[in-house]
Amino acid sequence: MTVPLPQYLLLGAILFTIGAVGFIARRNAIVIFMCVELMLNAVNLSFIAVSRSLGEPAGQVFVFLVMTVAAAEAAVGLAIILQVYRLRGTINADEIKLMKW
Amino acid sequence: MAESVIFYLFGGVAVIAALFMVTRHNPVSCAMSLVVVMFCLAVLFLGLHAPFVAMMQVIVYAGAVMVLFLYVIMLLNLSDEELGRTIVTPLKLFGGLVGCLFLVALVVLVQGDYGEGGAVNPSFGGVAQIGKELFSSYMLPFEIASVLLLAAIVGAVVIAQREQK
Repeated sequence: MTVPLPQYLLLGAILFTIGAVGFIARRNAIVIFMCVELMLNAVNLSFIAVSRSLGEPAGQVFVFLVMTVAAAEAAVGLAIILQVYRLRGTINADEIKLMKW
Repeated sequence: MAESVIFYLFGGVAVIAALFMVTRHNPVSCAMSLVVVMFCLAVLFLGLHAPFVAMMQVIVYAGAVMVLFLYVIMLLNLSDEELGRTIVTPLKLFGGLVGCLFLVALVVLVQGDYGEGGAVNPSFGGVAQIGKELFSSYMLPFEIASVLLLAAIVGAVVIAQREQK
């Protein structure tokens, strides 16, 4: 490993933070979903880097499972967004506030 | 040497594309930027002896998931008014500030001596090794993942269908 592990973790942290800020700041429900995917990807990078550093394949198996969950989440979430758009005519997260305080 | 060049090149592109994704107004531009991030991460995975995961990244994320996103964006056919300008409110500025603090905390947390990651077996992370792990030590999670996917397929179809009149 010519690039030390902390640098990979740092890259993962930067991508995760960008995703988290986007999740807070963006109001389009689809883009909010994409930010979640970005955060999952950042965590996957950390998993792979640590797995490589320890020489342990378990991290790669975890990434496989994270991808499965992300795909399931995207399918169900986008179906919900589609149905919300049909019912309310908007996917702006500020206007979908039935379940907020 | 080659590994660090690849790391800084593709890591930098990934961060720029991620920033692009968060700041673009048009959801299609956001989706395309996210595809760039995923391809860059796939390259980094290859450099980290994870060819199987790199392939999965391209096929599942950049392929299937992003096509699903683009499909929904096209299906909704949002008007420009609906897309809206991103208005900077005090709350969002506060969110950005909290994000920066969060980044600082993460940076402090990941510093430390992890030791040198020594050389690994050339077959490390290959399809054969991950396949063996999945079907031996991680058999139960693997099967549960298949049930989860089935539930997601059925759930997505049921949620997205129009109500019968």
